[in-house]
Amino acid sequence: MIKITENKIVGLDQCVCPEFNDPSCGAIVTFEGRVRNHNDEKKVLKLFYDCYKPMAQKVLEEIREEAFNKYNVKEISVVHRVGEIPIGEIAVWIGVSSAHREEAFEAAKYMIDELKQRVPIWKQETYTDGNKVWVESCCHALRSN
Amino acid sequence: MNVRVLLFAGLRDLFKQGELNLSLPEGSTIKELKEELFLRFEKGSEKLKTTQFAVNQTYADLKTKLRDGDEVAFLPMVSGG
Repeated sequence: MIKITENKIVGLDQCVCPEFNDPSCGAIVTFEGRVRNHNDEKKVLKLFYDCYKPMAQKVLEEIREEAFNKYNVKEISVVHRVGEIPIGEIAVWIGVSSAHREEAFEAAKYMIDELKQRVPIWKQETYTDGNKVWVESCCHALRSN
Repeated sequence: MNVRVLLFAGLRDLFKQGELNLSLPEGSTIKELKEELFLRFEKGSEKLKTTQFAVNQTYADLKTKLRDGDEVAFLPMVSGG
């Protein structure tokens, strides 16, 4: 969709995180990770997320601090939903605000990339044939310390 | 000494519980705790190979020495997001 309008544009960040309203920030980058209806060839019915909550909170705060140190951004917010999530709904929401766009894009990418590698959250896919599988990412190294 | 063991995702299903308390000799490491779990449940060896560990909510390796009252989590490869 492409639209050119004279009406006010309301950003979706306003629904999740109204504190992004900061007149010194010219850029807000948001990322929504949504539940997809397929993985490779398999048709996915729904997802279930398990989470080690106190550690997930702690690791997310560490990653957020790292991003603040690496990039000149004003605010970083992360919301991760756990439990059962239907197709099409949001599993993870990330928002980053900054004075200029480059830093916000980079910090948002850093947040989701590190989240996927380090935060103790696990997804189980239920397929339309009734089978369930815990997804294990294969694209990252084992971590110790 | 006693430690609290937490299991998540596929490991929780495999062991049919998410939490258990184990008594170990003083100074035991995560490696020794893992071996104790193998002995006790006689399963999970394949699954536990690619597992990561955390002690009191911080990533730790097999050589980490445990203390009485520690919370030790066995974490399958993560897949959040």
